[in-house]
Amino acid sequence: MSTLNALLAVAAALAFGSATANAETPKLGTPITEQDIAAWDIAAMPNGAGLPPGSGTAVQGAKVFAEKCSVCHGEGAKGGTVARAPLFGGRPITDGIDTPKTIGNFWGHATTVFDFTRRAMPFSAPRTLTPEDIYATTAYLLYLNKIIGENEVMDAKTLPAVKMPHRDNFIIRFPDRI
Amino acid sequence: MRTFKSRNSDHISNLEPVAGNGLLSRRALLGRGIVVAGAMSTGAGTSLTSAAAEPLKDDPWSLENGANTPPLQTPSRFEKHVVRILSNPNNEMRTSHGRTPHQHLNGTVTPNSLHFSINHSGLPDIDPNQHKLVIHGMVKQPLVFTLEMLSRYPLVTRMAFLECSGNSATMFSNEPVQASAQALHGLVSNAEWTGVPLSILLDEAGIDPAAKWLIAEGADSLALHRSVPVKKALDDALVAIYQNGERLMPGNGYPMRLLLPGYQGNMNVKFLRRIKVVDQPAMGFYEARTYSQILPDGKAYRFHFLQEIKSFITHPSFGHSMKGPGYYEISGVAYSGTGRIAKVMVSADGGRSWADAALQGPVHSQAFTRFRMPWRWDGQPVVLQSRAWDEAGNVQPLRAEFVAVRGQTKRPVASPFAFTNQHYNSLTSWGIDGNGSIKHVYA
Repeated sequence: MSTLNALLAVAAALAFGSATANAETPKLGTPITEQDIAAWDIAAMPNGAGLPPGSGTAVQGAKVFAEKCSVCHGEGAKGGTVARAPLFGGRPITDGIDTPKTIGNFWGHATTVFDFTRRAMPFSAPRTLTPEDIYATTAYLLYLNKIIGENEVMDAKTLPAVKMPHRDNFIIRFPDRI
Repeated sequence: MRTFKSRNSDHISNLEPVAGNGLLSRRALLGRGIVVAGAMSTGAGTSLTSAAAEPLKDDPWSLENGANTPPLQTPSRFEKHVVRILSNPNNEMRTSHGRTPHQHLNGTVTPNSLHFSINHSGLPDIDPNQHKLVIHGMVKQPLVFTLEMLSRYPLVTRMAFLECSGNSATMFSNEPVQASAQALHGLVSNAEWTGVPLSILLDEAGIDPAAKWLIAEGADSLALHRSVPVKKALDDALVAIYQNGERLMPGNGYPMRLLLPGYQGNMNVKFLRRIKVVDQPAMGFYEARTYSQILPDGKAYRFHFLQEIKSFITHPSFGHSMKGPGYYEISGVAYSGTGRIAKVMVSADGGRSWADAALQGPVHSQAFTRFRMPWRWDGQPVVLQSRAWDEAGNVQPLRAEFVAVRGQTKRPVASPFAFTNQHYNSLTSWGIDGNGSIKHVYA
């Protein structure tokens, strides 16, 4: 075979190879079951999907908070030496574009409180709280923000139903990109 | 060297200004450039400024053997000032930021050691052989991938800027904060990323056509997660495993991260370990609180996604000092989440007159483009600004236009590291006084 023919043969093989590569993908992933993903499947969705069994109230949450959270967030969530911002109250956000955001003056979904506590808190020991502790802490923070009563039970059904004061305050910036 | 300089100066002085305060035609930078053109058009000129240079001699480093070649090279000891500035140098229990020193860099690629990095709970020490990425939820078959598996996929390489949506946030201040391009704009960087198109992996898992969102989640201690529209995931998202040719830096998501070109930095989830295909957004902490920004009327934006068109001048800028009247190159970076940069204009008189800057090619979509503008400074006070346009027709808003929509603070912002609001993309103005000192101003 001449050099030119050899080159043409290689070129044809490459072209054919790339054409099949487009149709076929490597499929190297290993199958796994949803049960085996459960430990990572921790997102709590606004409609309640992903919330675990369990329940708690603000009264119970005050105890959990004092024990596990106040070391950073201060007594009664008023702000501490590490996490200085209070977790409740705050000026109305009509006060200015730099108003500090709190659960009460900004957050749109109560499930976000549960979700962030579950995945990220306590900051130095994440994912060590029980579902009961998380429901109770969430209830306590909602209570401090005057959104629910002290003895209201938060669980997978009641938490997503909590109407946050600013739920309808948001404008989707680029709806055509969703 | 003396005659070389003077020829250059003669040439520059012969060029017609194209806008106020000494901006020269960008044509001077095209082709072979100003030096050759000047040398050809004039004879031996006379020096405009300094006395003759000293006679040349060998320096000590030219008379001895140098150090051994190291396995991993680092910059010269004379470049020790070119480092990221840190918001949390004492490692307190809070977010830490490292900002890119734009005023010391040129070109378009941010070196990996200087790429900006934000870490909300520190840098996880991830063993790449143990790390896993799972894709599940609304798919036919949940799948687990390792770094080794992903490295065998057909890889895609592209340039992309990454920008924290809180970049430039102190420019929401009602008075200009005196800070460098690094302090103001250091939370944007640009790199060449290589990875696996996410669409291939979603296709292999068998994504449900009814799915609208993904939850992307990291392996950091916060398990940081963001909701990403499936539309973006199937368009141009990558699972990036290389950054400027080498494995990702730990601060940029080692061993793998989501890359969503043009979208706010935080959505480009680092240490990516889980993608759950879902029918609704998760309304997580970062999307529902941190990166939803308050508007002047008390409403708030949600799902801003895009890092919109922006540019800023890096040379000269705050922290530099001018070396007297004469020729300088004004240059900076421009980028847009919606495509390629089409045009950059520069003003030296606070926006009264503008001229086209030269764009350094190749111009990549959703990536830094370096712009350059020849300039002859006459030593009088000037205000330098840049303004960018992209191929989609978007234009960088003037400050008055921007503030009218997005607002500003009632009181000056004290710290250059404050996150006053999000998604600032208006102009940056550098005021140079008659002594050559440079301030951050609003114009």
